[in-house]
Amino acid sequence: MPESVLIANRGEIARRVARTARRMGVRVIAVYSEADADLPFVAEADEAVLIGPAQAALSYLNAEAILAAAARTGAEAIHPGYGFLAENAAFASKVIDAGLTWIGPPPDAIDLMGHKISARNLMASAGIPVADGGAEPVHDVDQALAVAVGIGYPVMIKAAAGGGGIGMSMATDPERLRSGFETARTRAERFFGNPSILIERYIASARHVEVQILGLADGRVIALGERDCSAQRRHQKLAEETPSPGVGDDLRERMMAAAVRAGEAVGYRGAGTVECLVDRQTGEFVFLEMNTRLQVEHPVTEMVTGIDLVEQQLLVADGAPVSFDPGAVRRTGHALELRVYAEDPVRFLPRPGSITGWLEPSGPGVRVDAGYAAGNTVTPHYDPLLAKLVVHGEDRAQALARAREAVGSFAVTGLTTNLPFHADLLNSAEFASGDYDTSVVARLRP
Amino acid sequence: MTEIRAEMVANVWKIVAAEGDSVADGDTLVILESMKMEIPVIAEATGRLARLAVSEGDVVQEGDLIAVIE
Repeated sequence: MPESVLIANRGEIARRVARTARRMGVRVIAVYSEADADLPFVAEADEAVLIGPAQAALSYLNAEAILAAAARTGAEAIHPGYGFLAENAAFASKVIDAGLTWIGPPPDAIDLMGHKISARNLMASAGIPVADGGAEPVHDVDQALAVAVGIGYPVMIKAAAGGGGIGMSMATDPERLRSGFETARTRAERFFGNPSILIERYIASARHVEVQILGLADGRVIALGERDCSAQRRHQKLAEETPSPGVGDDLRERMMAAAVRAGEAVGYRGAGTVECLVDRQTGEFVFLEMNTRLQVEHPVTEMVTGIDLVEQQLLVADGAPVSFDPGAVRRTGHALELRVYAEDPVRFLPRPGSITGWLEPSGPGVRVDAGYAAGNTVTPHYDPLLAKLVVHGEDRAQALARAREAVGSFAVTGLTTNLPFHADLLNSAEFASGDYDTSVVARLRP
Repeated sequence: MTEIRAEMVANVWKIVAAEGDSVADGDTLVILESMKMEIPVIAEATGRLARLAVSEGDVVQEGDLIAVIE
C-alpha cells in the first residue's frame, strides 16, 4: 500500500477519498486553488499544497502544478476523483512515468473510452447493443443531415469527446438539427477542445441505468449492480437510486454481463461505470458511454453492497486482492442519493454565495458526503455540488421515507439550494411510483 | 432607459453586442458563466445599447450593472 496519496480534486470527493485513505493508514495530501483555501478538504488533509488561482485551467487542470506538488510532498500515489483530470489519459501516463501509483484504469483504457464514437464502435464489436447512429464523427451540417435521414428523426446531437450533457440536444427536424449542430460544435470546441459530433437515434422514453464495474488486479472484471440515474435536469443527474425500479432480474443480469464484457474489452482495472439507456417501450438497453473513474453517485452502490469502492481502488492500484469475496457479492435493501446543489430549486440556475449555517441530517441509514461547512463561500468557479445526501432502507418505501425526513432536516442558511426541489421530487406521484423516465424533472418543473 | 443587472455571481464569458448597437427585446447581449453553466443576459427592452458596463473576464456580483438600453 502506498504510504501517501495526493488527491487531485476538491470539495466533497476530495473529502470522501481522504476518509478511506486515512482509515487505511495512508497519509492524505490535498491540492487546492486560491478560491478553495477555506474549505474542509484542505483543513482536514495531513498536508495541503496551493497549486494555483481559481480558474480550473490554472489549478485543478494544471498537470504540471499537481505533479510538482506530488514531488515536493513525496506523494506515492495520485487519486484523481471525478471530473478535472480523472479521464485524461495523458495525465495518467505522466503520473505513471513519474514513478507514482495512478489510482485509476490503464491510460489506454481511458483513451479508448474517452471518445464516444470509438467507444461505441468498440462496444458494438464486443457484442454490446448500441443505439442506431453514425460510426464516424460528423464534421459539418450536411453530413449530420445525411446521417439523420439514415437513422430517422428525432435524433440526439452529442459532442463526441464530451460529457456532462454539455452541447447535447435533441432534434425533431432538419431545421432543429442545423441549429443544434452549431451549438453542439461551438460548445464541444470550447469545453472539450474537439469539435467532433455524434448523431444517434433518440429514444422517446428512456431510463438512464448504469452498471458499476470493478477490474481486479488479477485481470478479472466483476459487476456490482446497477444505478438508476433518470432524474436529470439539462442532462445532468439530480438523484440516483439502486436497484433501478425499472429493471427486472433478467434485464439486470444481461446488463451486468454486458458491462463485464465492456470492461474486459479494454483491459479495465479499478472502478468504472458503464452507462446505458433502457428503452421503456422495448425494454431493451443500449450502451451510452463508459466513465473510466469513480462516479459521483458511487455511494448508493456502497450502501447496498457494504463495499467501500475507494478502498478497492487503492487495493487494485497496489496490485492487491479486493477486501471482499468477488464471487459472493450481496445487495441488500434500497439506496437513494440526492445531489444538493447551490442553485435555485425552480429554474435550476446557479446561486453561488456564502453559507452562514449548515446542519446535516443524521439517523439510521443516512450518509452525507459534503464539501462545505458553515462559514464557507461557494464561488462561481466550479460545479454547484455542495453535498450528496445518501439514504439506505430495507426497501424502496423505507428509503423514500428516510430521504423525505432527511431532506426536511437538512438546514442550509445564507445560500439558496435545491433542497426544496428534492422535497417535491420525493413527494411527486411519478417519482414515488418508481415508474419514471429521464423527463421526470421536466414534467415536475415545466 | 432600462438597466440590466446580474442575477448572480458569475464570470463574464462573452460580450455579444457592442455599445451603440440597436437591440430588440430578447436579444442576447452578454453571456455569463457560473458553476459551469452559460447564462445569456437578455435585452429586456428594444432600443439602443447605450452602455456596456462589463468586459470579458470580469467577475460580476449579484445586482451589478451589466448594460443600459435607451
